[in-house]
Amino acid sequence: MADRTAAAPKARTKSIKRYNKYGYIFLIPFAAAFIIFQLIPLVQTVYNSFFENYKSGLKMIGPNFIGLDNYKTLFASGDFLIYFKNTMIMWVMGFIPQMAVALLLAAWFTDVSLRLKGQRFFKTVIYMPNLIMASAFALLFFTLFSDNGPVNSFMIQLGLISKPYQFLAHIGSTRWLIAFMNFLMWFGNTTILLMAGMMGIDTSLFEAAEVDGATSTQIFWRITMPLLRPITVYVLITSLIGGLQMFDVPQILTDGSGDPMRSSMTLIMYLNKHLYSKNYGMAGALSVILLIITGILSLIVFKFTASKQVES
Amino acid sequence: MRNRGKKILALGVAAAMAFSMAACGSTSDTSQSSDTSASTDTSSTSTDTSASTDTSSADEGKVLNICVWNNEFPNRMKDHYPGFEAADPEDSTKGGKIGDVTVNFIVTDNQGGQYQTKLDEKLGAQDSAAADDKVDMFLVEADYARKYVDADANVAMPLEDLGITADDLSKQYKYTQDIVSDANGKIRGTSWQACSAGLIYNRAIAKQVLGSDDPTAVQEAVKDWATFNETAEKMKAANYKMTSTVGDTFRVYSNNISGPWVQDGKIVVDPNCKQWVDDSKKLVDEGLTTTNDLWTDEWKAGFQAPGDVFCYFGPAWLINFSMGNDPSKEDDGSIAHAGGWGLCNGPQGYYWGGSWICAAVGTDNASLVKDIMLKMTTDNDVMKSIATADSDCVNNKEVLAELASSDEGNNAVLGGQNPYQQLADGAEKVDMSNTTQYDQACVEDFQSSMMNYFNGNATYDEALQQFYKSVMEKHPELTPAE
Repeated sequence: MADRTAAAPKARTKSIKRYNKYGYIFLIPFAAAFIIFQLIPLVQTVYNSFFENYKSGLKMIGPNFIGLDNYKTLFASGDFLIYFKNTMIMWVMGFIPQMAVALLLAAWFTDVSLRLKGQRFFKTVIYMPNLIMASAFALLFFTLFSDNGPVNSFMIQLGLISKPYQFLAHIGSTRWLIAFMNFLMWFGNTTILLMAGMMGIDTSLFEAAEVDGATSTQIFWRITMPLLRPITVYVLITSLIGGLQMFDVPQILTDGSGDPMRSSMTLIMYLNKHLYSKNYGMAGALSVILLIITGILSLIVFKFTASKQVES
Repeated sequence: MRNRGKKILALGVAAAMAFSMAACGSTSDTSQSSDTSASTDTSSTSTDTSASTDTSSADEGKVLNICVWNNEFPNRMKDHYPGFEAADPEDSTKGGKIGDVTVNFIVTDNQGGQYQTKLDEKLGAQDSAAADDKVDMFLVEADYARKYVDADANVAMPLEDLGITADDLSKQYKYTQDIVSDANGKIRGTSWQACSAGLIYNRAIAKQVLGSDDPTAVQEAVKDWATFNETAEKMKAANYKMTSTVGDTFRVYSNNISGPWVQDGKIVVDPNCKQWVDDSKKLVDEGLTTTNDLWTDEWKAGFQAPGDVFCYFGPAWLINFSMGNDPSKEDDGSIAHAGGWGLCNGPQGYYWGGSWICAAVGTDNASLVKDIMLKMTTDNDVMKSIATADSDCVNNKEVLAELASSDEGNNAVLGGQNPYQQLADGAEKVDMSNTTQYDQACVEDFQSSMMNYFNGNATYDEALQQFYKSVMEKHPELTPAE
């Protein structure tokens, strides 16, 4: 926007300024909703995080100002780091296959020379899992992988195992299930984003490479990948922010316990644990830390997309 | 490209906002739907009363608001309270009339603590609410009863303040009164159910392994935990499971603790609960039980014939409603349909479930509330009809004794066995003097934390630490015992 107004002749800036007020009018609904539903709660959360304030039975304890004690408790117990680690492990386990499969599919879908049939159909199908509610999806997996569930009986009938494998009683299998679900739900979305990025690359570059005798592998690694970097970074950071907020899938799959031994408990599930006692203080402190982490990550995205604009 | 992206983004943001607003709207709608119907009734009746006689027609309110979580109590009211005219005979939760008083049921689902949230909100606004909007009665379950009968919280009226005497309650079982007694020993609630429970065994397996399916003979084989575990070994030899899951026995152990879960702000694990951990670990390791949760398909698997689970633990309602169709209904392949279960007392007495009626402080219908409490929870005729019509094991020693000695009490699911003597004996043995307001958290978290130990993902001490941590998240004021 900014560069276009600068380029416009001075005579037109006045009339543009006159029209600008409509822009502000149209912004009012958003701004109002943002301030009421986002900004005020945000400020309140920060404020609450400095108080001891929770419910015990029907009695409300606090609010008593305790400074940074909530933050201290959060870090002193080591819980925060454990749940942060869990969240990151499960995110990485899901993100790597998600990226790999999405890149492969995007490359195939955008490659004109392949002339893939039924592209529309497959693009729709791979996006489908994202349309299912995460909780329904998690419940489906819970049933599929339960002790007497279809997966176990299938494997027993094939003779692979002699007695049911308790998927949710083992740390590895529980984490893999969660990662797998996140992968299934999001690889379609990533594919679409990467495809958009790949289609934005000038086809003459591919043609030139082909004329120069480059193989398709070389084209992918030497031309597609470097030019796709802005999109890849965008996907990475947004997925990381989404991953930090991982909640519904592990919550439903483990019934909120994050078991075995809380190895699948994510940060937001831990936040949710404070709901029972209405512990505004601790929950506030946890939210503020999450806000800071997410803020830093968003700044990276912002920096990245901004610099791209200057280049173009 | 960029413009389109922005348009899509704008559309997305707009959609997200619309969605979040719609979501807000719909939730508030559902949560209030039961209220709105109530409040419209309220306003119409309240104008009536204020316009016409307000001093002469008794000084009591014309609207009775009752908070419940399902249609169980509304159904009992509709079917058994004399003079209750249901507004809709098909759906008791629509309320009705008792004389010229309108009865409203405020129904909030129990799932995920919603009922308590709603109740807290309602009771918190009790002082400021208009007379006809005040909660007059509410129901509670055992796990969180302590929270509402707490003397300091003072939200449930002591029964003696309503004019209900110890004499009125003399036919009730003591444990049902212990659960709703405050620290000063004042009873603040009353129940029509005595959900004492026993050990429900598979008769075919009992015959094969123990040589008899007679309740007294089976009771000999499970009379205490040591004998119970010896019998488990015999089951192992015959390739059967002793219980379906570790959760089956937990309530039996935890109902018989020697001291409360929380003492002086410290979380204490009772020796009997430690015993459950040790016994269960052994059973799990030997494949005699599983670590599945109650109510899962895996837990229910033993309900179907022929069944590989020797016993379940449960009260009358489990036998009558949860284990399959009774023999008079369609064949669903369950052991219940074949009348293949038997009942004995088991290693220790315990109870499972039950609803208590409390009178809300601030009610403007005290005498009606008193009458409902007396009729529904102490009147022999009403309770007999509840027992025969709804198969509730009623909280009335005389009625249970009568049923135990007549064929009316015979149960088809139990192959014609009359369970009432055992249930009545069991109810006498239940000791619930050790309940605290922290029980729900302690009981739930203890079981889920110990699953990690049973499954081999943690040592006992690690699992114990996780238990402390989970309880402290729910009750930050508590600390672990040393």
